[in-house]
Amino acid sequence: MATTYDAVIVGGGHNGLVSAAYLAKAGRKVLVLEQRHVLGGAATSEELHPGFTFSVFSYVVSLFRPHIIRELELARHGLEIIPLEASFLPLPDGDSLCRWADPHLTRQEIARFNPRDAEVYPEFGLAMRKMAHFVKSIIDQPAPDIGSLKPRDLAQLLRLGKHFQSLDPELMHIHLKMLTMSAVDFLDQWFESGVLKAPMSVSGIIGTFLGVRSPGTAYVLLHHYMGEIDGAFRAWGFSKGGTGGLSFAIADAARALGAEIRTEARVERIRVKNGKTTGVVLAGGEEIAARAVLSSVDPRLTFLGMVGEEHLDPEFTTAIRRYKLRGSSGKVNLALDAFPEFTCRPGNGPHMRGDIAIAPGIDYLERAYDQAKYGAFSERPYLNIVIPSLVDPTVAPPGKHVLSAFVQYAPYNLATGPESWPEHREAFGEAVIDTIQEYCPRIRDLILYKQVLTPWDIEQQVGLSEGNIFQGELSLEQLLFLRPAPGWGRYRTPVDGLWMCGSGAHPGGGIMGAPGELAAKALLRSRSI
Amino acid sequence: MPIPSPFHPRTQQHCTSLLWKDWAGYYAVRSFDTYMEREYFAFRQASGMIDVTPLFKYEVYGPDAAAFLSRVMVKDIAKLKTGQVTYCCWCDDDGKVVDDGTVSRLEDDYFRVTAAEPARAWLERYTRGYAVTVEDSTARLAALSIQGPTSRDVLRALAGSSVDALKFFRLTRATVDGLDVIVSRTGYTGDLGYEIWVDSRDAVVLWDAALSAGKPYGLLPAGLDALDVTRVEAGFLMNGVDYYSAHHCLIESRKSTPYELALGWTVNLDRETFNGQAALRREHAVGRRRAFVGLVVDWDEFEAHFARRGLPPEVPPGAWRTPVPVYDRDGKQIGQATSGAWSPILKQNLALATVRGGYGKPGTELRIEVTVEYERKRVRATVVKKPFFDPDRKRA
Repeated sequence: MATTYDAVIVGGGHNGLVSAAYLAKAGRKVLVLEQRHVLGGAATSEELHPGFTFSVFSYVVSLFRPHIIRELELARHGLEIIPLEASFLPLPDGDSLCRWADPHLTRQEIARFNPRDAEVYPEFGLAMRKMAHFVKSIIDQPAPDIGSLKPRDLAQLLRLGKHFQSLDPELMHIHLKMLTMSAVDFLDQWFESGVLKAPMSVSGIIGTFLGVRSPGTAYVLLHHYMGEIDGAFRAWGFSKGGTGGLSFAIADAARALGAEIRTEARVERIRVKNGKTTGVVLAGGEEIAARAVLSSVDPRLTFLGMVGEEHLDPEFTTAIRRYKLRGSSGKVNLALDAFPEFTCRPGNGPHMRGDIAIAPGIDYLERAYDQAKYGAFSERPYLNIVIPSLVDPTVAPPGKHVLSAFVQYAPYNLATGPESWPEHREAFGEAVIDTIQEYCPRIRDLILYKQVLTPWDIEQQVGLSEGNIFQGELSLEQLLFLRPAPGWGRYRTPVDGLWMCGSGAHPGGGIMGAPGELAAKALLRSRSI
Repeated sequence: MPIPSPFHPRTQQHCTSLLWKDWAGYYAVRSFDTYMEREYFAFRQASGMIDVTPLFKYEVYGPDAAAFLSRVMVKDIAKLKTGQVTYCCWCDDDGKVVDDGTVSRLEDDYFRVTAAEPARAWLERYTRGYAVTVEDSTARLAALSIQGPTSRDVLRALAGSSVDALKFFRLTRATVDGLDVIVSRTGYTGDLGYEIWVDSRDAVVLWDAALSAGKPYGLLPAGLDALDVTRVEAGFLMNGVDYYSAHHCLIESRKSTPYELALGWTVNLDRETFNGQAALRREHAVGRRRAFVGLVVDWDEFEAHFARRGLPPEVPPGAWRTPVPVYDRDGKQIGQATSGAWSPILKQNLALATVRGGYGKPGTELRIEVTVEYERKRVRATVVKKPFFDPDRKRA
C-alpha cells in the first residue's frame, strides 16, 4: 500500500520549499515535487559554463521575510546574503549617477544634476520608509477577507483599519496616491531631474506589462522599498552562490525537519474527486496520494493545466482566465573572461558592486514600452545588470565574472505569437548586448558563454505561465483579497484540500517566502491535515 | 567616502593622530593630537583654530530677501541690522524644528544662512512670490573659526585693528594677506571668538596667515572633539544629537518645537505670518511638553559610587553623546540626557537633557543614570541655567 502524505507540494521553488519546511516543522508528512533536476524554481543557481554559476532567473534578494530566516534557521543551513553597495546609472553622454548607502555621498552625486533633488532625496526615502513600515503589516499576514463576518476576520479588518487610521494624514494621502498614480507622476511630485527619476521609476514597472507613465505603477515602487535585511528597509543583497543558495538552504532546512523532496518529478494532474483533491499524478503515470495539495505554481497552470475546468465553476474559471500574467521581461546571462569596464566610470570599484541600471531617461523607458505595446521587444531596453562575482568569489573563477542582465521589455505575446520567440531569441540577445556595448565597448570580446532567456523560454523551463516573474502582475486589481481571484485570497481554492502557496497568492511575487509561509500556516490552522 | 575640505592640504599635515570623522560629507579632524586636551585648553586659555567649512552655507539675496527670511525663520529677520548676525531656528508647518543656525545680514538685501543640514531645497520651497535668490555657497566658501581669550589679538595681528571694535554677533569686511574676507564675531564655543569666511580657493593662504599671526598668542589647530566639550560647556544644542530635525523623524514624538528646545527666545510670535506660526501660538498658549535643560551631576555622590567599588571616579575623556535616562526623585523616568562632558575648566560633570515640562526649572533635583563598574546607578543631578560656562569676555 502506497503512502498517503499529509501534504504534497507542487513545485520546488522557494515558496513551495518554505511551505514544506513549515508543514514538516509542525510534524506533517510532506513531499515536494519539482519537475526540474534542480530546486529553486525561478530562484535557482546553475553552473551553465564550467566554473561559472548563474542566478539563472531571479538575481537579487530583498523582500525575503526575516522571521522565516530565523524560524527555519536558514543561516545554519548555509544562507548568506551579501548586501548590494550601490545603485549605478551610467549615462550615454559619459556622465553617470551613483546612489550610495552614504547619504552625503549620494547628495553630492545627485547635486551634480539637480541640487534641490539632492536634498529632497532623503525626505523621499523617509516617506517611503514610513510607508514600508505600514505595508509590512499587510505582507506579514493573510489578506483581509472583506466579505467575512467571522470574528477573527473582522478583528483583522478592524486592526488594519485602525492601523491605517493611525497613519499620519499626510502619509495616508501618499498611500492613496501610490495606489493610483503612475511611477513618473508620483516621482514628479518630489523630483525635477529626469536623470534621477528614470532609475527610480523603473522599480514601478519591473515584471509588469506597464510603462513608467502607466497609472498604478507607483504602488510597485513601494514594493521595491519594502526590502528589508537585518531590520533595515530598502536593502538588497546577493545570496551567496547565486539566488539558488537561498532555495537550497530552505530545502536543506525542510529536509532536516523531515520533508521529502523529489526532483525530476513533474506533476501532470491534480486529482480531484467530488470537489476534493486526493493527490497528484506525475508525468509517467505515478500516482501519489495526499490529504492536501499545495500548489506553488501559478494560478493558470494550477487550475487550467493541472486541475481542469471540468472540476471548477465557470465563474472561477473565467476569473483565472482573466488573471493577468503577460510576461514582459527576459534575461541575458554572460560568462566573462575579464571585468567589463564601463567607460563613464572605469574600474571595478564599489559603484559596480550593486545594481547597474540602463535607464537613461524617462522617454527612453517609455519608448522601450511603446515597442512592447505592439508586440515587439525593445531594441533599446531597460536593463538591470549585476555582476555578483565582484562580491561573491564562489560564482566565477578568479579574475573572471558573471554578468546578469534583467531585460525589459520582452513581451511574451509577440505580434507573431509567443511560439515565434525562438526565431527572435538571437536578435533579442543581440539588442541587449548592443545596449550594454554602448556603455562597455569591450563587452563582446569578453563573452565566454551567453544565455538568452525570453519569456517563452522562462515558461518552457520553469513553468511560469507567459514567463511572468511574479506569477501574475502586481497591479492593484490582482493584490490582497483579489489574488489570484476575488474571494480566494486566503490560500484556499474552490477545490477542497487544494491550497495555493506560491507568488500567485497574497502577498505576491519577489523572493519573499511569505505566500509559502502563510499558506502553510493557514492549512495547519484549518486542522484538515 | 568623504571629500576633502579646502583646508585639507594643511589639516592633513597637522593631523598626526589620523583621527578623522565624516562631517556633512567632508573629512573633518576629530583631534590633531592623540589626546585632545591641548586643543581644548587652547580654546579656553589661548586660541584654537578649527575648520568649519562643512557647515552648510546659503547666500540669500534680492529685494525681498529680508521679507523672505522673516517668512521662513521663527525670528523676524527684517529687524536684523546690516552687519548683524543672529542665531535662530526654522520650523515646518506644525512648528517642529527643522534645523538651527545663524543668519547674517551682509548688506541691506543680502543675507547668509548657516545650517547643520542641507537647506537649499527647503528654502527654495518658499521662494515663490518673493524676489529672492538662494545660492548654495557651501563649497564656494571656506570657513575658519578662531576661538578663545586671545582670539582678538590673533585677529588684530591677522586683519588689522578694524576687527578690534567688532561687537558680539556682528560682522565686518576685512583684508587678510590681500584676501577679501568677512569676519564675524560668532562661534560654537561660548567664548570670545571669530569666524572668517573666505573664497575656498584662498583657504590655504588664510590658514597659513592665521597660524603665523596666532603663534605669539598660543593659537593651535583644534579638532571637533575639543570643540564638542566647549559647546557642552556653552550649553549649545546640536541637531542630530540633542534633537532630531523634523525632516528625519519616523515618529511624531521625536520632533521638537523651539520652546521644547529652549529656543523660545528666538521666536518672534506676533508679526506677519511665518512657517509654523499658528502651531507655535497654540503651544505658547498651553505651555511646552518638554524642556531642554542643563544638568550638573552631583560630584560627591558620583565619587561615592566609585569609592564603594574601590575605584577613583572615572569621567570620559571627551564629550559623550550616547543618551542615558533621567529620572525624577521617585525614580520615574522623565527624560533623557543626550550629551555631556566633564568640564575641565568648571571641574563639573555636565549634561544636556530633555525632560518633561514640569521639570525644567533651575534648581530642580533629578537623577541621571551612571554606569559604575558595569552596574547602573542613579546619581543626583541638578537643573541649572545655561550656559554652564559664560565668560564676560564673550560679549566684551
